[in-house]
Amino acid sequence: MQLFLLTAHEMHDLLIKKEISAEELNKAVFARIDAVEEQIGAYITRTRENALAQARAVDRQIRHGEKISPLSGIPIAIKDNICTDGIKTTAGSKILSNFIPPYSATVVKRLEAVGGAIAGKANLDEFAMGSSNENSAFFATRNPWDTSRVPGGSSGGSAAAVAAGEAVCALGSDTGGSIRQPASFCGVVGMKPTYGAVSRYGLIAYASSLDQIGPFARDVTDCALMLNAICGHDPLDSTSAKYQVVDYTGFLTDDVRGMKLGVPEEYMAEGTDPAVRCVILKAMKKLESLGAVVEYTSLPHAEYALPTYYLIAQAEASSNLARYDGVRYGMRAKGAEDVIDMFMKTRSQGFGNEVKRRIMLGTYVLSAGYHDAYYLKALKARTLIIGDFDRVFKKYDLLLSPVSSTTAFRIGEKMNNPLQMYLSDLCTSSVNLAGIPGLSIPCGLAGGLPVGLQLIGRPFDEGKLLRAAYTFEQNTDYHKQFPEL
Amino acid sequence: MITKKDIEHVALLSRLELTGPEKDMYTRQLNDILNHFQFLARLDTENVQPTAHVLPLQNVFREDWVGRHISREDALANCPDREENYFKVPKIV
Repeated sequence: MQLFLLTAHEMHDLLIKKEISAEELNKAVFARIDAVEEQIGAYITRTRENALAQARAVDRQIRHGEKISPLSGIPIAIKDNICTDGIKTTAGSKILSNFIPPYSATVVKRLEAVGGAIAGKANLDEFAMGSSNENSAFFATRNPWDTSRVPGGSSGGSAAAVAAGEAVCALGSDTGGSIRQPASFCGVVGMKPTYGAVSRYGLIAYASSLDQIGPFARDVTDCALMLNAICGHDPLDSTSAKYQVVDYTGFLTDDVRGMKLGVPEEYMAEGTDPAVRCVILKAMKKLESLGAVVEYTSLPHAEYALPTYYLIAQAEASSNLARYDGVRYGMRAKGAEDVIDMFMKTRSQGFGNEVKRRIMLGTYVLSAGYHDAYYLKALKARTLIIGDFDRVFKKYDLLLSPVSSTTAFRIGEKMNNPLQMYLSDLCTSSVNLAGIPGLSIPCGLAGGLPVGLQLIGRPFDEGKLLRAAYTFEQNTDYHKQFPEL
Repeated sequence: MITKKDIEHVALLSRLELTGPEKDMYTRQLNDILNHFQFLARLDTENVQPTAHVLPLQNVFREDWVGRHISREDALANCPDREENYFKVPKIV
């Protein structure tokens, strides 16, 4: 096994046995980046010197016999909509192409505090708006399993980096599926935690009532280690929840006996690619054979989740993105006659098509005369969608579904049809509306491309998701399959 | 039905300047999207309370104390144009 494909916990074992130094380990990952980045394009910015400096500090700790954290010296990619002090943070947009934050997001500070080595800033759809990474203002990331295909999005760079061995773990953000869908397309583990479980301080906002930061990893153990580092209340985020933080590795037991798993029939309906469906059904049988009780159930309002999600997300986005005006940071268009003209020109030149489309849709549904018919209607539908989950979680511990109805699609395939692109969020966006945790775990290949099984849980019940995912992983070997590059 | 005039109005509210072909494109696309979402109108939401936020949060207060904050230079470091300690913009009136 090549060094750059090991998991964080395997690397940690080598570090504490002194079989390898953190510097060697980081150099191996950066050599891998040099070798494959041209094909993949996972990073907008690479921070080699920053990672090596952190690695050397970890090596000094090890030499002095100090105890190191499980993520000490581990190369981690950060989605480029998460602020890093002194390191360019673009959100994949021309309008922020020169923005150097004067502070770091809480999640970045927490990773650095446990010795994590920030390897670079990962590519994304502009302002996290997209399902393919093709909306990045800079370049499209490619799927390591087939470079003619998309890695998913919006956290496509983070997922591709972990799948290709260009990072060991990564952070992404998930507003309607932006961690789980690329994790599924790239064959890695990705988790959207409960809303409020992870601080959003320093995350460039898309839709504030839905956005949540979460990890990518090559296995469930690493996912738990990342959660341990980033979870917990943060006074700098007023929507951060005050809850009892636990050691998530404590849930990594190989046992799902008696666990009740519901399969919403609406998520398995027609429209799901037959090959994907087949892989998902096999994964469900596997969990059943391991002692879980798997039954079909229903989320009666499931079909309303997609319009509800898009109306709410775009309304919030139109408000959040009003701040980009060319005054305090970011680009400013030249040749404006007055300040309003400067706003107009800056925003028109700085935002890409998809971002403009969403700002306009959001502005429209909030505008006088349409607010009640669209935005208020969506907020009421959200209540009913949450009610569906509350009901099924009285009976089931977790829900199972495909993450996406297809495997990774071809670059360019859906670019001219925004509506078709939006439909890829069908099985994931309701989870954001309800604020509950969701995890994607590799469960096999369809036509040579990875398929992700989605596990959905009750609020703050990440532990149960990890236990079921860990059990599945221990009894399969999908997490040991890597793309050939 | 969204008209081109609606798109022009929304673009102005959004502070976006659109070319002729862009106006046509967005008129078509926003109609496509909202038409597809039209079935949401059929959902009975009589007596349903709206949910703006999943967490049962009220205003979050803290004591008013002077904390650490970034320096004036850092705050101005990213601005496209400045004069002394001010953000500079083109003429307003």
